[in-house]
Amino acid sequence: MTKFAAPGESGSVVTFEPRYDHFIGGEYVAPAKGAYFENPTPVTGKTFTEIARGTADDVDRAVAAANGAAPAWGRTSPAERSGVLLKIAERMEANLEKLAVAESWDNGKGVRETLAADIPLAIDHFRYFAGAIRSQEGGISQIDEDTVAYHFHEPLGVVGQIIPWNFPLLMATWKLAPALAAGNCVVLKPAEQTPASIHVLIELIADLLPAGVLNVVNGFGVEAGKPLAQHPGIRKVAFTGETTTGRLIMQYASENIIPVTLELGGKSPNIFFADVASAKDAFYDKAQEGFAMFALNQGEVCTCPSRALVQSSIYSQFVGDAVERVGAIKQGHPLDTDTMIGAQASNDQFEKILSYIDIGKQEGAKVLTGGEKADLGGELSGGYYIQPTVFEGDNKMRIFQEEIFGPVVSVAKFDDYDDAIKTANDTLYGLGAGVWSRDGNTAFRAGRDIEAGRVWTNCYHAYPAHAAFGGYKQSGIGRENHKMMLDHYQQTKNLLVSYSPNAQGFF
Amino acid sequence: MPANRVDVTDDAAALLRTLAADHGPLMFHQSGGCCDGSAPMCYPAGEFRTGGSDVHLGDLEVAGVPQPVPVWMSAAQFEYWKHTHLTIDVVPGRGSGFSLEAPEGVRFLIRSRLLSDEELAELA
Repeated sequence: MTKFAAPGESGSVVTFEPRYDHFIGGEYVAPAKGAYFENPTPVTGKTFTEIARGTADDVDRAVAAANGAAPAWGRTSPAERSGVLLKIAERMEANLEKLAVAESWDNGKGVRETLAADIPLAIDHFRYFAGAIRSQEGGISQIDEDTVAYHFHEPLGVVGQIIPWNFPLLMATWKLAPALAAGNCVVLKPAEQTPASIHVLIELIADLLPAGVLNVVNGFGVEAGKPLAQHPGIRKVAFTGETTTGRLIMQYASENIIPVTLELGGKSPNIFFADVASAKDAFYDKAQEGFAMFALNQGEVCTCPSRALVQSSIYSQFVGDAVERVGAIKQGHPLDTDTMIGAQASNDQFEKILSYIDIGKQEGAKVLTGGEKADLGGELSGGYYIQPTVFEGDNKMRIFQEEIFGPVVSVAKFDDYDDAIKTANDTLYGLGAGVWSRDGNTAFRAGRDIEAGRVWTNCYHAYPAHAAFGGYKQSGIGRENHKMMLDHYQQTKNLLVSYSPNAQGFF
Repeated sequence: MPANRVDVTDDAAALLRTLAADHGPLMFHQSGGCCDGSAPMCYPAGEFRTGGSDVHLGDLEVAGVPQPVPVWMSAAQFEYWKHTHLTIDVVPGRGSGFSLEAPEGVRFLIRSRLLSDEELAELA
């Protein structure tokens, strides 16, 4: 076990500045209106830095800086941009612990996860897009003997990116890596709940990017996010969040006739077919862990497997074992590497989860374990901790239909394959799903029948680059995490060329 | 009192008075999905374009707010929520989305209870 020193304590691997401004045009600049807001750590609830409170003036300045940098950056060679991305990855790798602890402190999540998942995945993501842009091909279509259509990829120009608070650095990377690889300049707004860790990253990589290629404007959604989404100087908006803001962003984008990519969450089913329990072997253990994955990142994952569907013939045994497994989840100080579940990211998130636990109880769902807030004592008493919670109920209940975004799973049983698929698809969303079976045919058919963009089959919560991630139904538009995301950050230029010396014959 | 689908706490009403003074007429649209999903989003009236895919849950009459504050939800989401009564409350928090109250250091929050059979019959 290792416990990292908290930022601000002696021996900490990361030191936050007392204040962060906006990063615009390659330098830190104060907000036009001069206002800042306090940023607490969810670990203790205490403020550890303050952040520039951006407004439309700051967004204007950032978009102007990005537009100034865009022509030159857009003309760099893929090799050059790839090289920059590789250097970013290298810099991050050399500062893995620093970034991991910064992320834990800003978000509340366990450093166990940031060390093993968030930051290594982000590093690999930059490397993936460094490779993808080098290997991207244009197209040549032979129209007839003398006519050829050439298809070139061109950057869009300046793009706006609005980042969520659940994986602040990884989600920023999912958006930054393809955008920069494709030759775009970026104006990025971090979430106001977790605005600090991105600046630790910027300090590490600022010298690797030409001024104006990457700009960060901090602030609240309504004051900084909205003017960014509405700005006539951007050519695309990427957003991860929820449905109402997603619709509003589409509405703003319609005013400028620009594309959007949206990742708006889900209510992911995790289906356990009876044969999972045919032996108490390594695979059974893996499936049990798959059930407990709802607690990863305190449940603050768009693909949280928050609806577990278990076949009735194994229900009692499987769920009994799973509840025991969940009971063994270690909750504690997020900077302790033994801690498996840390703090919820903010007070309002904490309150929201408790309000869902309340309606779940009112609707008659049975609490199998957890169901309360957790007071971990000492300095952690001021933080936002919730016990991992397992509800047993019915798919029509609201706790089965809304993304609680907390460490809460709702369990129901199903009788047969058709019943499982019907319940799995009885949701507004279609982002992720899990299927567990020893029978390859069952697993394959279920994977194809579930209306979701990502179906983990005999695994869960793996996010490797090169596997497309995005939603069906109300879960959004676009596919991140894969080279196809480059298309979402590129224009297509078609040169239609005639090699015939002869007139076309019309006039 | 006739049955309704949506109500507001005293604290949330006080916040609506402040917001109405600063921003004029207001509206709510109930969100779904991840991150700040399930949060009621408060906008200047007309900022969010509602349409055929939305349901009007009711209007909040708040003393000191000149115009009623309509509350909307997508019709698909309403199908899963229609058996519950919603109360808009407010808690300290960081907020997100483009909701108006976030810079005040507070966040609107939905509290829910089951509608009684009598209420459901009246609202049907």
